[in-house]
Amino acid sequence: MNIIVCIKQILDPEIPARDFRVDGAKRQAERGSANLVTNIFCENALETALQVRDAHGGKITVVTCGGVEAEEVLRKALALKADEAVLLESPIENPDPLFVARTLAAGIRKLEPFDVVLVGREAGDWGAGQTGGLLAEELSTPCIAFAESFAPGTEPGRLQVKRQTDNGWEGFESSTPLVITITNHDKNVPRIPKTRDVMQSYRKPLTKWPLAELGIDVDSNGGYSHIADLFVPVKETHCEFLSGDTLEAKVDALAERLAGIIRSI
Amino acid sequence: MPDVVACLWGRAGMDRAAQGLLGAGRRLAESLGEKLHAVVVGPVDPAAVEAARTAADKVVLVEDELLAEYNAENYLAALTAVCGQLAPRAVLLGNDVYSQELTARLAHRLGGSAAGDAVDVAIADGQLRATRGVYGGKATAVIALAKTPAVVWIRARAMAPAPARAPGEVELLSLGLAQDSRVSLISSHADAKEGVRLEEARLIVSGGRGLGGPGPFEQLQALAAAMGAQMAASRAACDAGWVPASWQVGQTGKKVAPELYLAVAISGASQHIMGIADSKVICAINRDPDAPIFKHCRFGLVEDYQKVIGPLTAKLGQHA
Repeated sequence: MNIIVCIKQILDPEIPARDFRVDGAKRQAERGSANLVTNIFCENALETALQVRDAHGGKITVVTCGGVEAEEVLRKALALKADEAVLLESPIENPDPLFVARTLAAGIRKLEPFDVVLVGREAGDWGAGQTGGLLAEELSTPCIAFAESFAPGTEPGRLQVKRQTDNGWEGFESSTPLVITITNHDKNVPRIPKTRDVMQSYRKPLTKWPLAELGIDVDSNGGYSHIADLFVPVKETHCEFLSGDTLEAKVDALAERLAGIIRSI
Repeated sequence: MPDVVACLWGRAGMDRAAQGLLGAGRRLAESLGEKLHAVVVGPVDPAAVEAARTAADKVVLVEDELLAEYNAENYLAALTAVCGQLAPRAVLLGNDVYSQELTARLAHRLGGSAAGDAVDVAIADGQLRATRGVYGGKATAVIALAKTPAVVWIRARAMAPAPARAPGEVELLSLGLAQDSRVSLISSHADAKEGVRLEEARLIVSGGRGLGGPGPFEQLQALAAAMGAQMAASRAACDAGWVPASWQVGQTGKKVAPELYLAVAISGASQHIMGIADSKVICAINRDPDAPIFKHCRFGLVEDYQKVIGPLTAKLGQHA
Protein backbone atom coordinates (compact mmCIF):
# COMPACT_ATOMS: atom_id res chain seq x y z
CA MET A 1 0.00 0.00 0.00
CA ASN A 2 1.31 3.41 -0.94
CA ILE A 3 0.68 5.73 2.01
CA ILE A 4 1.43 9.45 2.11
CA VAL A 5 1.43 11.13 5.52
CA CYS A 6 1.27 14.92 5.65
CA ILE A 7 2.88 16.29 8.80
CA LYS A 8 3.14 19.78 10.23
CA GLN A 9 5.71 21.43 12.43
CA ILE A 10 4.21 23.63 15.13
CA LEU A 11 5.24 25.63 18.15
CA ASP A 12 5.25 23.30 21.15
CA PRO A 13 1.66 23.49 22.48
CA GLU A 14 2.90 22.56 25.95
CA ILE A 15 4.48 26.01 26.36
CA PRO A 16 2.96 27.48 29.55
CA ALA A 17 0.46 30.29 29.05
CA ARG A 18 2.65 32.69 31.07
CA ASP A 19 5.46 32.27 28.50
CA PHE A 20 3.20 32.64 25.50
CA ARG A 21 3.36 35.89 23.47
CA VAL A 22 1.97 36.93 20.13
CA ASP A 23 3.56 39.22 17.58
CA GLY A 24 0.63 41.47 16.78
CA ALA A 25 2.21 42.91 13.64
CA LYS A 26 3.04 39.52 12.13
CA ARG A 27 -0.14 38.04 13.59
CA GLN A 28 1.51 34.87 14.81
CA ALA A 29 2.94 33.49 18.03
CA GLU A 30 6.44 34.51 19.05
CA ARG A 31 8.81 31.58 19.01
CA GLY A 32 10.62 32.67 22.16
CA SER A 33 12.43 29.75 23.77
CA ALA A 34 9.75 27.24 22.78
CA ASN A 35 10.62 24.15 20.77
CA LEU A 36 9.23 23.36 17.35
CA VAL A 37 7.60 19.94 17.40
CA THR A 38 5.54 17.65 15.20
CA ASN A 39 1.82 18.30 15.58
CA ILE A 40 0.43 15.54 17.81
CA PHE A 41 -2.38 14.51 15.43
CA CYS A 42 0.22 14.21 12.64
CA GLU A 43 2.18 11.89 14.92
CA ASN A 44 -1.00 9.86 15.41
CA ALA A 45 -1.36 9.75 11.61
CA LEU A 46 2.22 8.53 11.13
CA GLU A 47 1.76 5.90 13.84
CA THR A 48 -1.42 4.67 12.12
CA ALA A 49 0.47 4.45 8.83
CA LEU A 50 3.37 2.56 10.41
CA GLN A 51 0.99 -0.01 11.90
CA VAL A 52 -0.76 -0.59 8.56
CA ARG A 53 2.53 -0.86 6.66
CA ASP A 54 3.98 -3.23 9.25
CA ALA A 55 0.89 -5.46 9.01
CA HIS A 56 0.20 -5.33 5.28
CA GLY A 57 3.39 -4.08 3.61
CA GLY A 58 3.80 -0.99 1.47
CA LYS A 59 5.62 2.31 1.55
CA ILE A 60 5.23 5.47 3.64
CA THR A 61 6.19 8.87 2.28
CA VAL A 62 6.04 11.81 4.69
CA VAL A 63 5.47 15.27 3.27
CA THR A 64 5.61 18.68 4.90
CA CYS A 65 5.54 22.31 3.78
CA GLY A 66 7.85 24.85 5.30
CA GLY A 67 11.31 26.30 5.55
CA VAL A 68 14.59 24.63 6.36
CA GLU A 69 13.63 24.18 10.04
CA ALA A 70 10.79 21.85 8.97
CA GLU A 71 13.42 19.28 7.99
CA GLU A 72 13.48 18.30 11.67
CA VAL A 73 10.00 16.78 11.63
CA LEU A 74 10.89 14.84 8.48
CA ARG A 75 14.07 13.51 10.12
CA LYS A 76 12.02 12.39 13.11
CA ALA A 77 9.58 10.59 10.78
CA LEU A 78 12.51 8.89 9.03
CA ALA A 79 13.84 7.85 12.44
CA LEU A 80 10.45 6.20 13.04
CA LYS A 81 11.04 4.25 9.78
CA ALA A 82 9.04 6.24 7.26
CA ASP A 83 10.48 5.21 3.87
CA GLU A 84 10.82 8.57 2.18
CA ALA A 85 10.52 12.24 3.12
CA VAL A 86 9.69 15.27 0.99
CA LEU A 87 10.00 18.93 1.96
CA LEU A 88 7.85 21.30 -0.07
CA GLU A 89 9.96 24.40 0.39
CA SER A 90 7.66 27.29 1.22
CA PRO A 91 8.84 30.71 2.37
CA ILE A 92 5.40 31.62 3.76
CA GLU A 93 5.22 31.63 7.56
CA ASN A 94 1.48 31.89 7.92
CA PRO A 95 -0.14 30.23 4.90
CA ASP A 96 -3.93 30.16 4.54
CA PRO A 97 -5.57 26.70 4.53
CA LEU A 98 -6.24 26.61 0.79
CA PHE A 99 -2.63 27.57 0.00
CA VAL A 100 -1.44 24.69 2.19
CA ALA A 101 -3.85 22.23 0.55
CA ARG A 102 -2.83 23.32 -2.96
CA THR A 103 0.85 23.05 -2.12
CA LEU A 104 0.42 19.58 -0.61
CA ALA A 105 -1.77 18.47 -3.53
CA ALA A 106 0.88 19.60 -6.02
CA GLY A 107 3.56 17.68 -4.12
CA ILE A 108 1.37 14.59 -3.77
CA ARG A 109 0.60 14.56 -7.50
CA LYS A 110 4.32 14.30 -8.13
CA LEU A 111 4.36 11.24 -5.88
CA GLU A 112 1.58 9.38 -7.70
CA PRO A 113 0.39 6.69 -7.59
CA PHE A 114 -0.82 6.64 -3.99
CA ASP A 115 -3.59 4.75 -2.20
CA VAL A 116 -4.21 6.94 0.79
CA VAL A 117 -3.18 10.32 2.18
CA LEU A 118 -3.26 10.75 5.96
CA VAL A 119 -3.37 14.10 7.71
CA GLY A 120 -3.88 15.05 11.34
CA ARG A 121 -7.41 15.98 12.39
CA GLU A 122 -6.24 19.52 13.17
CA ALA A 123 -3.03 21.27 14.20
CA GLY A 124 -2.18 22.30 17.73
CA ASP A 125 -1.38 25.86 16.65
CA TRP A 126 -4.10 27.25 14.36
CA GLY A 127 -6.39 24.25 14.66
CA ALA A 128 -8.25 25.11 11.48
CA GLY A 129 -8.94 21.45 10.72
CA GLN A 130 -9.33 22.16 7.02
CA THR A 131 -6.29 20.55 5.39
CA GLY A 132 -7.84 17.10 4.94
CA GLY A 133 -11.08 18.29 3.40
CA LEU A 134 -9.47 20.85 1.10
CA LEU A 135 -6.80 18.36 0.06
CA ALA A 136 -9.46 15.79 -0.86
CA GLU A 137 -11.22 18.40 -3.00
CA GLU A 138 -7.96 19.43 -4.67
CA LEU A 139 -7.14 15.78 -5.40
CA SER A 140 -10.78 14.91 -6.25
CA THR A 141 -10.86 12.03 -3.75
CA PRO A 142 -13.31 11.16 -0.99
CA CYS A 143 -12.41 12.14 2.56
CA ILE A 144 -13.16 10.47 5.88
CA ALA A 145 -12.53 12.61 8.97
CA PHE A 146 -11.75 11.72 12.61
CA ALA A 147 -10.53 8.20 11.80
CA GLU A 148 -8.76 6.12 14.44
CA SER A 149 -7.66 3.29 12.12
CA PHE A 150 -7.83 1.91 8.60
CA ALA A 151 -7.13 -1.42 6.91
CA PRO A 152 -7.37 -3.07 3.49
CA GLY A 153 -10.95 -3.49 2.26
CA THR A 154 -12.85 -6.47 0.94
CA GLU A 155 -11.15 -6.24 -2.45
CA PRO A 156 -8.08 -4.55 -3.93
CA GLY A 157 -8.48 -0.81 -4.40
CA ARG A 158 -10.69 -0.43 -1.33
CA LEU A 159 -10.00 0.49 2.28
CA GLN A 160 -11.99 0.11 5.48
CA VAL A 161 -11.90 3.06 7.86
CA LYS A 162 -13.15 3.27 11.44
CA ARG A 163 -13.90 6.74 12.65
CA GLN A 164 -15.09 8.38 15.86
CA THR A 165 -18.44 10.14 15.93
CA ASP A 166 -20.10 12.31 18.53
CA ASN A 167 -21.55 9.29 20.33
CA GLY A 168 -19.72 6.20 19.10
CA TRP A 169 -18.06 5.10 15.89
CA GLU A 170 -18.78 4.42 12.22
CA GLY A 171 -17.10 2.02 9.79
CA PHE A 172 -16.81 2.96 6.13
CA GLU A 173 -15.47 1.23 3.08
CA SER A 174 -14.04 3.51 0.42
CA SER A 175 -12.41 3.27 -2.94
CA THR A 176 -8.84 4.48 -3.24
CA PRO A 177 -7.28 6.97 -3.50
CA LEU A 178 -8.68 8.48 -0.35
CA VAL A 179 -7.82 11.22 2.14
CA ILE A 180 -8.23 10.36 5.84
CA THR A 181 -7.90 12.72 8.79
CA ILE A 182 -6.61 10.94 11.88
CA THR A 183 -7.61 11.66 15.45
CA ASN A 184 -5.97 10.44 18.65
CA HIS A 185 -6.88 7.04 20.04
CA ASP A 186 -5.27 4.65 22.48
CA LYS A 187 -4.35 2.44 19.50
CA ASN A 188 -2.30 5.11 17.70
CA VAL A 189 -0.20 6.53 20.52
CA PRO A 190 3.05 7.58 18.77
CA ARG A 191 6.04 5.29 19.28
CA ILE A 192 9.40 6.69 20.41
CA PRO A 193 12.31 6.40 17.95
CA LYS A 194 15.45 4.53 19.00
CA THR A 195 18.56 6.66 19.44
CA ARG A 196 20.36 4.66 16.75
CA ASP A 197 17.51 5.29 14.29
CA VAL A 198 17.58 9.00 15.09
CA MET A 199 21.31 9.09 14.26
CA GLN A 200 20.75 7.17 11.04
CA SER A 201 17.88 9.41 9.97
CA TYR A 202 20.36 12.21 9.35
CA ARG A 203 22.13 10.07 6.74
CA LYS A 204 18.93 9.32 4.81
CA PRO A 205 18.13 11.33 1.68
CA LEU A 206 15.54 14.08 1.85
CA THR A 207 13.73 15.27 -1.27
CA LYS A 208 13.19 19.03 -1.59
CA TRP A 209 10.85 20.64 -4.06
CA PRO A 210 10.66 24.44 -4.23
CA LEU A 211 7.21 25.95 -4.76
CA ALA A 212 8.17 27.14 -8.24
CA GLU A 213 8.84 23.54 -9.22
CA LEU A 214 5.32 22.67 -8.02
CA GLY A 215 3.67 25.43 -10.04
CA ILE A 216 2.46 27.18 -6.88
CA ASP A 217 2.17 30.96 -6.98
CA VAL A 218 3.29 32.45 -3.65
CA ASP A 219 1.07 35.49 -4.24
CA SER A 220 -2.05 33.33 -4.06
CA ASN A 221 -1.67 33.06 -0.27
CA GLY A 222 -4.25 35.09 1.61
CA GLY A 223 -6.82 34.97 -1.17
CA TYR A 224 -8.86 32.45 0.81
CA SER A 225 -8.64 33.92 4.28
CA HIS A 226 -6.31 36.03 6.36
CA ILE A 227 -5.76 36.81 10.02
CA ALA A 228 -7.41 40.16 10.72
CA ASP A 229 -6.40 40.15 14.37
CA LEU A 230 -4.53 38.00 16.87
CA PHE A 231 -4.33 38.71 20.57
CA VAL A 232 -4.00 37.10 23.97
CA PRO A 233 -7.42 37.51 25.57
CA VAL A 234 -7.57 39.29 28.89
CA LYS A 235 -9.26 37.07 31.44
CA GLU A 236 -11.67 39.29 33.27
CA THR A 237 -12.92 36.54 35.51
CA HIS A 238 -12.15 37.17 39.12
CA CYS A 239 -12.33 34.00 41.14
CA GLU A 240 -14.12 34.32 44.43
CA PHE A 241 -12.41 31.96 46.83
CA LEU A 242 -15.03 30.59 49.19
CA SER A 243 -13.98 30.92 52.80
CA GLY A 244 -15.08 29.68 56.17
CA ASP A 245 -13.69 29.09 59.63
CA THR A 246 -14.12 25.36 59.35
CA LEU A 247 -14.09 22.82 56.56
CA GLU A 248 -17.79 22.31 57.13
CA ALA A 249 -18.47 26.02 56.65
CA LYS A 250 -16.50 26.00 53.41
CA VAL A 251 -18.36 22.96 52.10
CA ASP A 252 -21.66 24.60 53.10
CA ALA A 253 -20.73 27.72 51.16
CA LEU A 254 -19.81 25.70 48.08
CA ALA A 255 -22.95 23.58 48.32
CA GLU A 256 -25.12 26.70 48.57
CA ARG A 257 -23.55 28.23 45.48
CA LEU A 258 -23.83 25.05 43.46
CA ALA A 259 -27.40 24.41 44.57
CA GLY A 260 -28.33 27.95 43.59
CA ILE A 261 -27.11 27.41 40.04
CA ILE A 262 -28.73 23.98 39.81
CA ARG A 263 -32.08 25.45 40.94
CA SER A 264 -31.84 28.24 38.35
CA ILE A 265 -31.50 25.87 35.39
CA MET B 1 -32.28 35.36 -1.69
CA PRO B 2 -31.19 34.71 1.90
CA ASP B 3 -27.88 36.06 3.07
CA VAL B 4 -27.50 33.42 5.72
CA VAL B 5 -28.11 29.68 5.54
CA ALA B 6 -27.96 27.46 8.63
CA CYS B 7 -27.41 23.76 7.87
CA LEU B 8 -29.03 21.22 10.17
CA TRP B 9 -29.19 17.44 10.18
CA GLY B 10 -32.71 16.05 10.25
CA ARG B 11 -31.75 13.09 12.39
CA ALA B 12 -30.36 15.33 15.14
CA GLY B 13 -33.72 17.04 15.66
CA MET B 14 -34.01 20.45 17.30
CA ASP B 15 -31.47 19.86 20.04
CA ARG B 16 -29.61 22.58 21.90
CA ALA B 17 -26.98 22.74 19.14
CA ALA B 18 -29.61 23.25 16.43
CA GLN B 19 -31.28 25.99 18.47
CA GLY B 20 -27.93 27.71 19.02
CA LEU B 21 -27.08 27.44 15.34
CA LEU B 22 -30.38 29.03 14.34
CA GLY B 23 -29.89 31.71 16.99
CA ALA B 24 -26.47 32.59 15.59
CA GLY B 25 -27.87 32.56 12.06
CA ARG B 26 -30.77 34.82 13.05
CA ARG B 27 -28.47 37.39 14.66
CA LEU B 28 -26.11 37.42 11.68
CA ALA B 29 -29.01 37.74 9.22
CA GLU B 30 -30.51 40.62 11.21
CA SER B 31 -27.16 42.42 11.30
CA LEU B 32 -27.19 42.22 7.51
CA GLY B 33 -30.86 43.16 7.25
CA GLU B 34 -31.42 39.93 5.36
CA LYS B 35 -33.16 36.62 5.71
CA LEU B 36 -32.20 33.34 7.37
CA HIS B 37 -32.93 30.04 5.68
CA ALA B 38 -32.63 26.77 7.59
CA VAL B 39 -31.61 23.88 5.34
CA VAL B 40 -32.47 20.56 6.96
CA VAL B 41 -30.77 17.56 5.37
CA GLY B 42 -32.12 14.04 5.80
CA PRO B 43 -35.25 12.64 7.46
CA VAL B 44 -36.75 15.00 10.02
CA ASP B 45 -39.70 14.82 12.40
CA PRO B 46 -42.56 17.33 12.12
CA ALA B 47 -41.97 18.77 15.61
CA ALA B 48 -38.42 19.73 14.65
CA VAL B 49 -39.68 21.42 11.50
CA GLU B 50 -42.14 23.48 13.54
CA ALA B 51 -39.36 24.49 15.94
CA ALA B 52 -37.10 25.51 13.05
CA ARG B 53 -39.90 27.63 11.55
CA THR B 54 -40.00 29.84 14.62
CA ALA B 55 -36.36 30.87 14.05
CA ALA B 56 -35.95 30.92 10.27
CA ASP B 57 -37.67 32.90 7.54
CA LYS B 58 -37.80 29.72 5.53
CA VAL B 59 -37.12 26.06 6.24
CA VAL B 60 -35.87 24.06 3.26
CA LEU B 61 -36.31 20.32 3.77
CA VAL B 62 -33.91 18.36 1.61
CA GLU B 63 -35.17 14.85 1.24
CA ASP B 64 -33.70 11.98 -0.69
CA GLU B 65 -33.43 8.29 0.09
CA LEU B 66 -29.65 8.65 -0.20
CA LEU B 67 -29.73 11.05 2.76
CA ALA B 68 -31.39 8.58 5.15
CA GLU B 69 -27.97 7.60 6.55
CA TYR B 70 -25.11 10.05 6.86
CA ASN B 71 -22.64 9.77 3.99
CA ALA B 72 -20.21 12.65 3.54
CA GLU B 73 -20.22 12.44 -0.24
CA ASN B 74 -24.04 12.44 -0.52
CA TYR B 75 -24.56 15.12 2.14
CA LEU B 76 -21.91 17.26 0.48
CA ALA B 77 -23.58 16.87 -2.92
CA ALA B 78 -26.93 17.89 -1.39
CA LEU B 79 -25.56 20.93 0.43
CA THR B 80 -23.57 22.05 -2.59
CA ALA B 81 -26.69 21.89 -4.76
CA VAL B 82 -28.93 23.74 -2.27
CA CYS B 83 -26.40 26.40 -1.26
CA GLY B 84 -25.47 26.85 -4.91
CA GLN B 85 -29.12 27.67 -5.65
CA LEU B 86 -29.61 29.95 -2.63
CA ALA B 87 -26.27 31.76 -3.19
CA PRO B 88 -25.97 33.05 0.40
CA ARG B 89 -23.22 35.23 1.79
CA ALA B 90 -22.71 32.96 4.79
CA VAL B 91 -23.36 29.28 5.48
CA LEU B 92 -23.31 28.24 9.13
CA LEU B 93 -22.91 24.70 10.44
CA GLY B 94 -22.80 23.32 13.99
CA ASN B 95 -19.98 21.74 15.95
CA ASP B 96 -20.78 18.07 15.41
CA VAL B 97 -18.50 15.64 13.57
CA TYR B 98 -20.51 15.86 10.35
CA SER B 99 -20.40 19.66 10.24
CA GLN B 100 -16.68 19.69 10.92
CA GLU B 101 -16.12 17.08 8.22
CA LEU B 102 -18.06 18.96 5.56
CA THR B 103 -17.33 22.67 6.16
CA ALA B 104 -14.07 23.09 4.23
CA ARG B 105 -15.15 20.79 1.41
CA LEU B 106 -18.43 22.68 1.00
CA ALA B 107 -16.57 25.99 0.90
CA HIS B 108 -14.24 24.60 -1.76
CA ARG B 109 -17.10 23.38 -3.94
CA LEU B 110 -18.96 26.68 -3.62
CA GLY B 111 -15.83 28.70 -4.39
CA GLY B 112 -15.98 30.24 -0.92
CA SER B 113 -13.73 30.16 2.11
CA ALA B 114 -14.08 28.43 5.46
CA ALA B 115 -13.34 28.73 9.16
CA GLY B 116 -14.23 26.54 12.09
CA ASP B 117 -14.75 26.52 15.84
CA ALA B 118 -16.07 30.07 15.71
CA VAL B 119 -17.38 31.65 18.90
CA ASP B 120 -18.58 34.71 17.00
CA VAL B 121 -19.35 35.63 13.41
CA ALA B 122 -19.80 39.19 12.16
CA ILE B 123 -19.44 41.26 9.03
CA ALA B 124 -16.67 43.88 8.82
CA ASP B 125 -15.38 45.66 5.74
CA GLY B 126 -17.75 43.59 3.63
CA GLN B 127 -16.16 40.31 4.74
CA LEU B 128 -17.37 37.77 7.23
CA ARG B 129 -15.06 37.50 10.19
CA ALA B 130 -14.92 34.47 12.45
CA THR B 131 -13.52 34.78 15.97
CA ARG B 132 -11.93 31.67 17.42
CA GLY B 133 -9.42 30.35 19.91
CA VAL B 134 -6.00 29.38 18.54
CA TYR B 135 -2.72 28.06 19.97
CA GLY B 136 -4.63 25.74 22.26
CA GLY B 137 -6.79 28.58 23.53
CA LYS B 138 -3.87 30.79 24.55
CA ALA B 139 -4.78 33.35 21.89
CA THR B 140 -7.83 34.58 20.03
CA ALA B 141 -7.79 35.12 16.27
CA VAL B 142 -10.19 36.98 14.03
CA ILE B 143 -10.17 35.28 10.64
CA ALA B 144 -11.35 37.33 7.66
CA LEU B 145 -12.90 35.11 5.00
CA ALA B 146 -12.04 36.59 1.63
CA LYS B 147 -14.29 34.51 -0.62
CA THR B 148 -18.07 34.26 -0.66
CA PRO B 149 -19.83 32.30 0.64
CA ALA B 150 -18.13 32.17 4.01
CA VAL B 151 -18.75 28.66 5.34
CA VAL B 152 -18.26 28.47 9.09
CA TRP B 153 -18.87 25.85 11.74
CA ILE B 154 -19.63 27.45 15.05
CA ARG B 155 -19.76 26.42 18.69
CA ALA B 156 -23.50 26.27 18.36
CA ARG B 157 -24.21 24.77 21.77
CA ALA B 158 -22.78 27.82 23.47
CA MET B 159 -24.96 30.23 21.52
CA ALA B 160 -28.30 31.61 22.61
CA PRO B 161 -31.38 30.45 20.70
CA ALA B 162 -33.31 32.95 18.61
CA PRO B 163 -36.38 34.52 20.20
CA ALA B 164 -39.55 32.97 18.78
CA ARG B 165 -41.16 34.83 15.88
CA ALA B 166 -43.91 34.29 13.33
CA PRO B 167 -43.32 30.90 11.73
CA GLY B 168 -41.50 30.93 8.40
CA GLU B 169 -42.61 29.01 5.35
CA VAL B 170 -41.52 25.45 4.58
CA GLU B 171 -40.26 24.24 1.23
CA LEU B 172 -39.71 20.61 0.36
CA LEU B 173 -36.84 20.08 -2.02
CA SER B 174 -36.19 16.86 -3.91
CA LEU B 175 -32.77 16.79 -5.50
CA GLY B 176 -32.64 13.44 -7.27
CA LEU B 177 -29.10 12.80 -6.06
CA ALA B 178 -26.85 10.39 -7.90
CA GLN B 179 -25.45 7.66 -5.66
CA ASP B 180 -21.79 8.21 -4.85
CA SER B 181 -20.26 4.78 -5.04
CA ARG B 182 -16.92 5.75 -3.57
CA VAL B 183 -17.75 5.55 0.14
CA SER B 184 -20.31 3.42 1.95
CA LEU B 185 -21.22 3.06 5.60
CA ILE B 186 -20.72 -0.58 6.57
CA SER B 187 -21.13 -0.49 10.37
CA SER B 188 -21.84 1.89 13.22
CA HIS B 189 -22.08 1.82 16.96
CA ALA B 190 -23.64 4.26 19.40
CA ASP B 191 -22.21 4.24 22.92
CA ALA B 192 -24.66 3.24 25.63
CA LYS B 193 -26.41 6.47 26.45
CA GLU B 194 -26.38 7.40 30.10
CA GLY B 195 -28.33 10.60 30.40
CA VAL B 196 -27.66 13.41 27.98
CA ARG B 197 -24.55 13.70 25.84
CA LEU B 198 -21.63 15.57 27.34
CA GLU B 199 -21.83 18.31 24.70
CA GLU B 200 -25.50 18.84 25.49
CA ALA B 201 -25.11 18.65 29.28
CA ARG B 202 -26.09 21.63 31.41
CA LEU B 203 -24.20 20.40 34.48
CA ILE B 204 -20.79 18.73 34.36
CA VAL B 205 -18.55 17.39 37.11
CA SER B 206 -15.03 16.75 35.84
CA GLY B 207 -12.01 15.09 37.41
CA GLY B 208 -8.32 15.43 36.68
CA ARG B 209 -4.85 14.11 37.29
CA GLY B 210 -4.96 15.28 40.90
CA LEU B 211 -7.45 12.53 41.76
CA GLY B 212 -4.53 10.14 41.52
CA GLY B 213 -6.36 7.07 40.22
CA PRO B 214 -9.66 5.57 39.06
CA GLY B 215 -11.03 5.03 42.58
CA PRO B 216 -11.85 8.67 43.39
CA PHE B 217 -13.86 8.93 40.17
CA GLU B 218 -16.45 6.71 41.85
CA GLN B 219 -16.80 9.35 44.56
CA LEU B 220 -17.13 12.02 41.90
CA GLN B 221 -19.83 9.99 40.20
CA ALA B 222 -21.80 9.98 43.44
CA LEU B 223 -21.44 13.78 43.55
CA ALA B 224 -22.51 14.05 39.91
CA ALA B 225 -25.54 11.87 40.61
CA ALA B 226 -26.52 14.09 43.56
CA MET B 227 -26.26 17.14 41.28
CA GLY B 228 -27.90 15.53 38.24
CA ALA B 229 -24.67 16.21 36.34
CA GLN B 230 -22.73 14.39 33.63
CA MET B 231 -19.21 13.13 34.25
CA ALA B 232 -16.16 14.33 32.36
CA ALA B 233 -12.40 14.23 32.77
CA SER B 234 -9.18 15.91 31.74
CA ARG B 235 -6.87 14.38 29.16
CA ALA B 236 -4.42 13.27 31.85
CA ALA B 237 -7.09 11.17 33.58
CA CYS B 238 -8.21 9.62 30.28
CA ASP B 239 -4.65 8.97 29.08
CA ALA B 240 -3.94 7.22 32.38
CA GLY B 241 -6.82 4.87 31.63
CA TRP B 242 -8.75 5.82 34.76
CA VAL B 243 -11.91 6.68 32.81
CA PRO B 244 -13.15 6.17 29.21
CA ALA B 245 -11.71 8.37 26.46
CA SER B 246 -15.26 9.49 25.65
CA TRP B 247 -15.22 11.51 28.90
CA GLN B 248 -12.30 13.64 27.75
CA VAL B 249 -12.86 17.38 27.56
CA GLY B 250 -10.38 19.74 25.92
CA GLN B 251 -8.67 20.53 22.66
CA THR B 252 -8.27 16.84 21.83
CA GLY B 253 -11.54 15.83 23.42
CA LYS B 254 -15.03 17.23 23.61
CA LYS B 255 -15.85 20.91 23.68
CA VAL B 256 -18.61 21.50 26.18
CA ALA B 257 -20.82 24.44 27.08
CA PRO B 258 -22.69 23.68 30.31
CA GLU B 259 -24.35 26.13 32.66
CA LEU B 260 -22.00 24.84 35.38
CA TYR B 261 -18.62 23.10 35.04
CA LEU B 262 -17.20 21.84 38.33
CA ALA B 263 -13.51 20.98 37.95
CA VAL B 264 -12.13 18.74 40.67
CA ALA B 265 -8.35 18.32 40.98
CA ILE B 266 -7.83 19.72 37.49
CA SER B 267 -4.91 22.13 37.15
CA GLY B 268 -6.31 23.87 34.08
CA ALA B 269 -3.85 23.44 31.19
CA SER B 270 -4.78 25.70 28.28
CA GLN B 271 -5.73 22.67 26.18
CA HIS B 272 -8.32 21.76 28.79
CA ILE B 273 -9.58 25.33 29.09
CA MET B 274 -10.14 25.39 25.32
CA GLY B 275 -12.74 22.68 25.76
CA ILE B 276 -14.62 24.37 28.61
CA ALA B 277 -14.27 28.05 27.71
CA ASP B 278 -17.93 28.32 26.71
CA SER B 279 -19.19 27.15 30.09
CA LYS B 280 -21.40 29.74 31.75
CA VAL B 281 -19.98 29.21 35.23
CA ILE B 282 -16.72 27.40 35.95
CA CYS B 283 -15.84 26.52 39.52
CA ALA B 284 -13.05 24.41 40.91
CA ILE B 285 -11.92 22.44 43.92
CA ASN B 286 -8.15 22.33 44.07
CA ARG B 287 -5.67 22.42 46.91
CA ASP B 288 -3.27 24.64 44.94
CA PRO B 289 -4.46 28.27 45.07
CA ASP B 290 -2.15 29.05 42.13
CA ALA B 291 -3.65 26.39 39.86
CA PRO B 292 -4.41 28.06 36.49
CA ILE B 293 -7.98 26.74 36.58
CA PHE B 294 -8.87 29.40 39.17
CA LYS B 295 -8.13 32.14 36.60
CA HIS B 296 -11.18 30.91 34.73
CA CYS B 297 -13.46 30.31 37.71
CA ARG B 298 -16.27 32.45 39.01
CA PHE B 299 -15.79 30.84 42.40
CA GLY B 300 -13.66 28.09 43.86
CA LEU B 301 -12.57 26.25 46.94
CA VAL B 302 -8.93 25.78 47.89
CA GLU B 303 -9.05 22.43 49.64
CA ASP B 304 -8.04 18.81 49.31
CA TYR B 305 -10.85 17.25 47.28
CA GLN B 306 -10.78 14.14 49.50
CA LYS B 307 -12.06 16.19 52.43
CA VAL B 308 -14.74 17.95 50.39
CA ILE B 309 -16.40 15.48 48.04
CA GLY B 310 -18.11 13.28 50.64
CA PRO B 311 -19.75 16.08 52.68
CA LEU B 312 -20.53 18.06 49.50
CA THR B 313 -22.32 15.05 48.03
CA ALA B 314 -24.33 14.66 51.22
CA LYS B 315 -25.25 18.37 51.28
CA LEU B 316 -26.29 18.48 47.63
CA GLY B 317 -28.22 15.26 48.07
CA GLN B 318 -30.29 17.10 50.72
CA HIS B 319 -30.89 20.01 48.33
CA ALA B 320 -32.06 17.69 45.54
